[in-house]
Amino acid sequence: MKEVLLLKCGEIVLKGLNRKKFEDRLLGNLRRRIRAVAPCQVEIHQSVIYVWIPEDADGDAVTEAVRRVFGVATICRAAVCEKTLESMQAAAEDYLADRIADARSFKVETKRGDKKFPMTSIQVSQHIGGELADKYKHLQPDMHTPELTVHLEIRTEHAFVHAGPEPGAGGMPVGANGRAAFLLSGGIDSPVAGYMMAKRGLELVGVHFFSYPYTSERAKEKVVELGQILTRYTGRMPLLIVPFTKIQEEIRDKCHEELFTLVMRRFMMRIAERLAVQYECGALITGESLGQVASQTMPAMAVTGAVCELPVFRPVIGMDKEEIVRIARKIDTFETSILPYEDCCTVFTPKHPNTRPKLPKILEAESRLDVETLVGEAVAGTERIVLG
Amino acid sequence: MYNILVRESGRKGETMHYLDNSATTPVLPEAAEAAVHAMREAFGNPSSQHRLGNRAAAMLKESRACVAQAMGAQPGEVYFNSGGTEGINTAVFGVCRKNFRRGKHIITTAVEHSATLNSLKKLEGEGFSVTRLQPDVDGHIPLGRLEEALREDTILLTCMLVNNEVGACMPVGEMGRLLKRRCPHALFHIDAVQGFFRVPLTPAKWGCDLMSVSGHKVGAPKGIGAFYMKKGVALPPLLYGGGQENGFRPGTEPMPNIAALAAACRVRAAAFAGDCEHVRGLCAYLKAQVAEAFPWAVQNGVNDVPHVVSLSFPGCKSEVMLRILEQEEVYVSAGSACAKGHESHVLRAMGLPKERIDSALRVSFAPHNTRADVDAFIAAARKGAAMLRR
Repeated sequence: MKEVLLLKCGEIVLKGLNRKKFEDRLLGNLRRRIRAVAPCQVEIHQSVIYVWIPEDADGDAVTEAVRRVFGVATICRAAVCEKTLESMQAAAEDYLADRIADARSFKVETKRGDKKFPMTSIQVSQHIGGELADKYKHLQPDMHTPELTVHLEIRTEHAFVHAGPEPGAGGMPVGANGRAAFLLSGGIDSPVAGYMMAKRGLELVGVHFFSYPYTSERAKEKVVELGQILTRYTGRMPLLIVPFTKIQEEIRDKCHEELFTLVMRRFMMRIAERLAVQYECGALITGESLGQVASQTMPAMAVTGAVCELPVFRPVIGMDKEEIVRIARKIDTFETSILPYEDCCTVFTPKHPNTRPKLPKILEAESRLDVETLVGEAVAGTERIVLG
Repeated sequence: MYNILVRESGRKGETMHYLDNSATTPVLPEAAEAAVHAMREAFGNPSSQHRLGNRAAAMLKESRACVAQAMGAQPGEVYFNSGGTEGINTAVFGVCRKNFRRGKHIITTAVEHSATLNSLKKLEGEGFSVTRLQPDVDGHIPLGRLEEALREDTILLTCMLVNNEVGACMPVGEMGRLLKRRCPHALFHIDAVQGFFRVPLTPAKWGCDLMSVSGHKVGAPKGIGAFYMKKGVALPPLLYGGGQENGFRPGTEPMPNIAALAAACRVRAAAFAGDCEHVRGLCAYLKAQVAEAFPWAVQNGVNDVPHVVSLSFPGCKSEVMLRILEQEEVYVSAGSACAKGHESHVLRAMGLPKERIDSALRVSFAPHNTRADVDAFIAAARKGAAMLRR
């Protein structure tokens, strides 16, 4: 049976003159992501997006891909049939057979986009509802709280039959709000932060700091794997691997132990910003959560944020670990995040990190380092992997 | 000295220095050839009633005799299986299922392989009680501790022959005698995986009823092992099926692996005395070189076999050292490969301080290693120490 996905766009329909831009972005994202699964035609009419699934294609896979595209508010997976009562009824019985068998009560709801159709919506509902109730004795008609609602949509060309919408990924189309560089460590928080900002319409460029031999090849593979999981939501994403060993060794050799992490974080932010500018990003994204670790206290973030001019988005700043973990599980990054490979943040951890750093002290420590050269070398040595 | 290792060239065409032979060994050329022969030519099923089957059955018989000899056993006492983990599970669960009416007490050591520790943890959950004998600081189990632990309801003693991390040999002969005197009905299983072709195996002399070995520690492929069950002992099998291996380990015999194990045993047995001498020399050379280059480094425990040495380089985190060494094509491990980066339970049981545990490296030799491998290790470790010790 021929199928179609009917997608409602989320909040972008509220946009004014930019609406067309947002819609085009969403259509582009959908087409790219669906193309990887099956050759479907994707088009938009009056704010409804139609994804036509060819009969021999894997409808489940297409639906699964669409579920992860931001900017889609709801998804209806429907059977396509002729605009006659008989074929609509046949489609309902066939396409919704399992649902009909499981339900105890039902109603039929009809929408008539094609006003030339000879019956009104209510007449169609009454007719098909009556037929179904006669045929399936276990089904009680129930207009208020039915277990199954059979939706019939009569449009210009075809009629659609479905059992109602399911929520889509929500948010805004990736890229609609521009591009941002996102610091991906390999822990639980950063993939969640990236996911959350992608949901708000940002295209992501991943930045990972790699400290071989202090951290292992496997730690890097793990980050690539995390990035790969995120591309299910973000689409193609470049991942930049920054060589960080030399900087960490310099910090260890020349700075006081209690400042290791902070000075290191400042280097990360500087390098990330440099790369962000290269990749035309308008912001940085980190997975910091207030007070979670010593470098994520308010004074510490003031110090680490002070090195960059771009805005720094910290979407999980106000979330508990539990809440972050819940999202990580939902987006499937959790199991990968907890693989036990060290990331660069834990290589030279001070025993007693400073949680209330003062900027002058940090500046004094950094004056012993050739910051500019170190940052320049790291940026120059950055390796680029394209994921997705 | 025979050249058995196909030296894979590493990055930049450097020679590889593989010193992680307690984790696994490269397959011997003779073993690989035997496997290919059994896969491509003599590929029959030993149970088939035609000539091809008969040839396979003959090969099976011959292989069993060869492996039995290497294990110090009679052919009828040797069963092929998939390796050490299966052997240990067969012994532990088999004995408990057979003898739980006699008692529910099991004795083991705190330094066993995780296959033993986790099997016993499972049985503990099912109502068995387990005593784990603590080692001394050398890694040995004092016999007195076994004596105190023995009980009327002890049904199993399972103990390794050679510890995989520090190379300490357990006094299995004395343990066996003590066990048989005090608990004549209890069975004695020896995990000889790390002792196979390191020390001669003499299960009959040790009072041993069950013994496990694994092929990939001696130049055979992974996925093949052998289990010794003394004549007269009858455990229930773990698996049920077509009656192969006397019904004790059903499933069509993996002839390529079996032939490879037999071939490896043949090669290793012929060269055994010379190999031990050679490895002893290497170990002494390593210790001398380490003492000279790193006077601050310490050995963990006592290695009664020269094949395994555990060394701590305080201040140098083992995980990081490992990767610095790998850049120089030197391969060792931190603790055991099976611990995958977790803190070594063996070193902890020996009561070593955290700093020593965190900086432990295990160097393990096979006969194909040379002094050049030791030199490469020393040079790479020097580099690592310079990077990490400040």
